[in-house]
Amino acid sequence: MDTFVAWILRAIPFGTIIMYGAMGEIITEKSGNLNLGVPGIMYLGGFAGFASAYLYENSVADPNMAFCVALALVCAFLASMAGGLIYSFLTISLRANQNVTGLALTTFGMGVANFFGVFILDGRTATQSLVYKTFQTRLPVLSELGVIGQMVFGYGFMAYAAVILAVVLHHILNHTRTGLNLRAVGENPATADAAGINVTRYKYLATCLGAGISGLGGLYYVLDYNQGIWATTGQIEALGWLAVALVIFTTWKPLNAIWGSYLFGMLYWLYQFLPTLMGFSVPGYVTDLIQMVPYLVTIAVLIVTSMRKKREDQPPASLGLAYFREER
Amino acid sequence: MAQGNKHEPLLRIVKRGESPFRLKLLVRIAAVLLALIADALFIYFVTGLDPLAVYTTMFQGTFSTPMRFSWAMRDLASLLLIGIALAPAFKMRFWNIGAEGQVLMGALATAAVMVYYGGKVPNAVLYAAMLVAAVFAGALWGFVPGWFKARLGTNETLFTLMMNYVAIQLVACCVNIWRGQASGLGKLNMRSKAGWFPQLFGQRYNINLIIVVLLVVLMYCYLRYSKQGYEIAVVGESENTARYAGINVGKVIIRTMILSGALCGLTGFLIVGGRDQTISTTTAGGNGFTAIIVAWLAKFNTFYMALISFLLIFLEKGAGEIASAYNLNDFASDIIAGIILFFILGSEFFINYKPIFHLGKHGTITKEAA
Repeated sequence: MDTFVAWILRAIPFGTIIMYGAMGEIITEKSGNLNLGVPGIMYLGGFAGFASAYLYENSVADPNMAFCVALALVCAFLASMAGGLIYSFLTISLRANQNVTGLALTTFGMGVANFFGVFILDGRTATQSLVYKTFQTRLPVLSELGVIGQMVFGYGFMAYAAVILAVVLHHILNHTRTGLNLRAVGENPATADAAGINVTRYKYLATCLGAGISGLGGLYYVLDYNQGIWATTGQIEALGWLAVALVIFTTWKPLNAIWGSYLFGMLYWLYQFLPTLMGFSVPGYVTDLIQMVPYLVTIAVLIVTSMRKKREDQPPASLGLAYFREER
Repeated sequence: MAQGNKHEPLLRIVKRGESPFRLKLLVRIAAVLLALIADALFIYFVTGLDPLAVYTTMFQGTFSTPMRFSWAMRDLASLLLIGIALAPAFKMRFWNIGAEGQVLMGALATAAVMVYYGGKVPNAVLYAAMLVAAVFAGALWGFVPGWFKARLGTNETLFTLMMNYVAIQLVACCVNIWRGQASGLGKLNMRSKAGWFPQLFGQRYNINLIIVVLLVVLMYCYLRYSKQGYEIAVVGESENTARYAGINVGKVIIRTMILSGALCGLTGFLIVGGRDQTISTTTAGGNGFTAIIVAWLAKFNTFYMALISFLLIFLEKGAGEIASAYNLNDFASDIIAGIILFFILGSEFFINYKPIFHLGKHGTITKEAA
């Protein structure tokens, strides 16, 4: 039982990282833009959030932690949006190829975060921002109410914000005029254009806001999940691709992202907890194989959705294609 | 015409037909120059260093010594080979993001043959077995997403992306088994050197270079002059047209992906046998992703690919040199390369489209002739 609780306590924060990444990408893809720059954007968000908090902490004698949290959130969001803006300008205005632009953005974002990160590290292998304590603050009474309290209330505020955001996005996409228009743009931009929807504006806004949301995943990774520690690692890149995978898994529905991401978290940590739960130990090389499971599950989902051909489970019809009004 | 111009937008965009070669060349050169200026500004404002001196240092990363140059050529070979492997798939508009995994599978198969048969069979047989195993493994990794795309229309971008991670975990698993109690795998067959490529003109990886040069020419001819290359082009332009013309689209997709994967597998074979003599999860080293950019920017022309690969390798080596000379870090190369890629990608717009500005009260068209 203890192992199971520990497993949940690991899986949900992990899921939260990729939930942010995936929700941002869902919004982006709903507008018809396949942004493969998610890993780069998560790097930008994670680094901007960390750097702003770290610099603020170290330049003020008595840092106000609430302000520090807000600062990190705003900086992460803006930096990620800037990444999204580069992508939008190139793919929407200049109609560059989306896949290639996204991959270039991933390279660029990783480069920016790690390049400037080294300046902050200043020769050390890792530094820590103390704001993580505020990010990890749990509800005082509820989180101590036994096992259930721990499993439900044992996380920082961003884990709950992610769930709320998923519900809000679900509502916007499916129950508002804006959401309808956005989906129309992603399905058939020419028709949307003819109906008087400003296709360019929708694509820009969806891609930039989506990038901002994805970037929060990077922030959550650094300042909560990783306890405020910045080190030069490739971990965020793998998380970013997992977020892209999660978008497929959810079949482009934000509500599915909630349980989907937690399931991915469980699968990701399967290798550590499954053997203990089952009461046997496995050699190191088997854990490598168990770590393959989230990707295999995603492939299985891809295949099953393409086999069933249910219309509501398909990707937006114009996904990956640039829209040019005069080309019919 | 002056009457209706109240509603003319300031900027209108028109698609060009075929653009003249001179324009293409000019736009691309302008893009690279602008990118270099943007990079110089970045270097100056972030580090305060003299950009010209930095670029000079950068130049030395590839050209300062014959040794440096040959290292650059060695890395160029790997990148270019993957680009060549991706070209047919991309020309077919099949987004094979899985080169990283296909290369790793080729490398893994090669290493497996080296581990289990090294020293037990004659060298010639060993090489043949390594080659066959690598090509087969890579082809398999290309075949699977190709088959699903052809039969079920499964999204290949995401499928091939996921296959990368499956391959990475397989490699991690095998490395874990082979290293046993040691902390790392080290070079395979260190003592017997079984399966290591023989030295040619003093370097093992010269064999890789020769094969790359051969493949540049072969792939160019395959795509441009063969029937299969033509079929690939038609499927890439429009699947409906291809179907109408009696081309079996599914067959072309599967065949091309087997070819693409097999060549990636071959790259894995050359990397393990001719360059690293070992394997790790970073054997492909992100080249699988960079090669996508190479193949796309070159518009599947293998000779342009050689040029672009060289530019990227030059940047990477140069940034490494800057890093050590000015106490910066290697990641500068990612930023510099990223900025250059953004500019080149953006510049395609001016090749494919023509902006028309409407200025003045009576709608005088100022930039009609371009």
